[in-house]
Amino acid sequence: MRPRLATLWLDGCSGCHMSLLDLDERLLEIVERFELVYSPLLDAKEYPAAVDVALVEGAVSTETDLRRIREVRERTRTLVSFGDCAVTGNVPALRNQIGIEAALAVYETPPASEVPGLLPVFPVHQVVAVDHFLPGCPPSADAIYEVLIALLEGREPAPTGVRFGS
Amino acid sequence: MATQRIEIHPVTRIEGHARITLQLGDDGRVETARFHVDQFRGFEKLAVGRPFHEMPGLMARTCGICPVSHLIASSKAGDALLAVSIPENAVRLRRILHLAQILQSHALSFFYLSAPDLLLGMDADPAHRNLIGLLSAEPELVRGGIALRAFGQESIARMAGKRVHPAWVVPGGVASPITAETRDFLLAGVPPALATVERALALFRERLAGFEEEVQHFANFPSLFLGLVDADGALEHYDGLLRIVAADGASVVEGFDPTRYEELLAEADEPDSYLKAPYYRALGYPGGLYRVGPLARLRLVTRCGTPRADAALADFRRRAAGTDGSSFLYHEARLIEMLFALERIRELASHPDVLDPDVRAHAGPNRREGIGVAEAPRGTLMHHYRIDAHGLVTAVNLIIATGHNALAMNRGVLQVARHFVDGHRLREGMLNRVEAVIRAFDPCLACSTHALGQMPIAVRLLDANGAVVDVLRRSGS
Repeated sequence: MRPRLATLWLDGCSGCHMSLLDLDERLLEIVERFELVYSPLLDAKEYPAAVDVALVEGAVSTETDLRRIREVRERTRTLVSFGDCAVTGNVPALRNQIGIEAALAVYETPPASEVPGLLPVFPVHQVVAVDHFLPGCPPSADAIYEVLIALLEGREPAPTGVRFGS
Repeated sequence: MATQRIEIHPVTRIEGHARITLQLGDDGRVETARFHVDQFRGFEKLAVGRPFHEMPGLMARTCGICPVSHLIASSKAGDALLAVSIPENAVRLRRILHLAQILQSHALSFFYLSAPDLLLGMDADPAHRNLIGLLSAEPELVRGGIALRAFGQESIARMAGKRVHPAWVVPGGVASPITAETRDFLLAGVPPALATVERALALFRERLAGFEEEVQHFANFPSLFLGLVDADGALEHYDGLLRIVAADGASVVEGFDPTRYEELLAEADEPDSYLKAPYYRALGYPGGLYRVGPLARLRLVTRCGTPRADAALADFRRRAAGTDGSSFLYHEARLIEMLFALERIRELASHPDVLDPDVRAHAGPNRREGIGVAEAPRGTLMHHYRIDAHGLVTAVNLIIATGHNALAMNRGVLQVARHFVDGHRLREGMLNRVEAVIRAFDPCLACSTHALGQMPIAVRLLDANGAVVDVLRRSGS
């Protein structure tokens, strides 16, 4: 049976997912060797059980993010903190310097119903245990490929050219 | 009395976190529908206090899909702060880069996100209604779409150093000239990419007859259309003047300097969404609803200005004549704009001065206020900065393409839900259509809330007292 792969985004810009798509034709190899069971590219609405590998983009910044990441952790064997926002908080965490109230001053009247409440922004590993870190803004497609293939082959990922920021 | 509430959460195959809620009456028909953006980013506040020359790099991080548009609008605002006129070849290179991004962004929207609905069907099994399912049904098309997006992304990487969040566009121009190898890469990639888009356009038009009901009800109503056009009224994504037309094509605003956007537009806060709702001041809120983006641009312009795109536009207009402009046709407009982007890239890259090394004007801050406006893939993008004497940002206003469409998306969701959703006989395909009208607009939600987060969409059935009767979700496999 193919390992079950999930990808999701919390608070970020989707750039890490764009870098995942930047695998280009190699994306077809990935979805052949893994079974993609949950992703913004699919219509699955609920995070499924028994996921083998999850790539989590973005920081935890709302009540919804917090609920989701806890659920993801419970249902996932190997959780990869995917990109700088997940790894450090990065751009979303700039909000922590000014506080939620000051940030919400972009609205004359902030939304009061329906929307999830805002939290101080945390990197993923401060909320749940993380198995692998893949930094970069965004991580390159080559680095993503190496991590996924290494996990598939049961070895320690060793992506080259990985650094924070660029 | 049993009102039902349906929540679609999250809306999938779009960028960001969104949710749709529907309220149904006793008869099972939809009474209200709302599109909620659940992500808050707040860039307008986060940027305050930072040096203005950091702004393009920071603003690119609003969005991983259209970072180049933010680089362009932000750097144009920076040009205004420097009070410089940038070198001619810097303008040319920025234009090429921006068109490459429009190409990859439209390719993502069409091939990766919406083609599963268009080619497998709105009622197809949700477990397979995605890119992977499409790969079995239409392998050539999927591989072509991947190659097309890759060409746009790789063009950005060759010119600007990396595919996502390059830092190459700067206030005053661009950081470095391009090499002959890069120019040759651009020129060599155009013919196969054009062939892919032509094939997709033919396929879309062939299948369009099967979507008559969707065309009729997907945000199909009279509205204003807003966007930039060039001095001759032709299609323009980098510069130009604001034009607004009515549904019948009548001119409402002409030749308007986009840096005076505040005289035309105002933004309303919404009580149940992190997405603000801009509107045309003269008609107030919410009557001043307008649409932006590919469909709006094709209704605004006199012509595209390149041969293949103009031929496709003529055909598009023959069929659209006398209609209000169904938002379902955003898909076709994107394909036509891809033809334009490719033809214009070839034209610009063939210019004898494209390798000219003079690409950057150097200056310190000479003005306290700068506004940069461009047509991003999803519509008109506005960056407005104020700085102090040291060049530190004191105030930021951003109007993001997706935001302009907020009122239209909400009205579109209601129109689709009222027509297709029957609470007494709820089927998944009904709800997929409610999501698909959002996909037609191709929103970019991380971009549009100046916020930190994204946009989930879910469908819940509520009774008349607001109690949840049923939540319909698609499960993961």
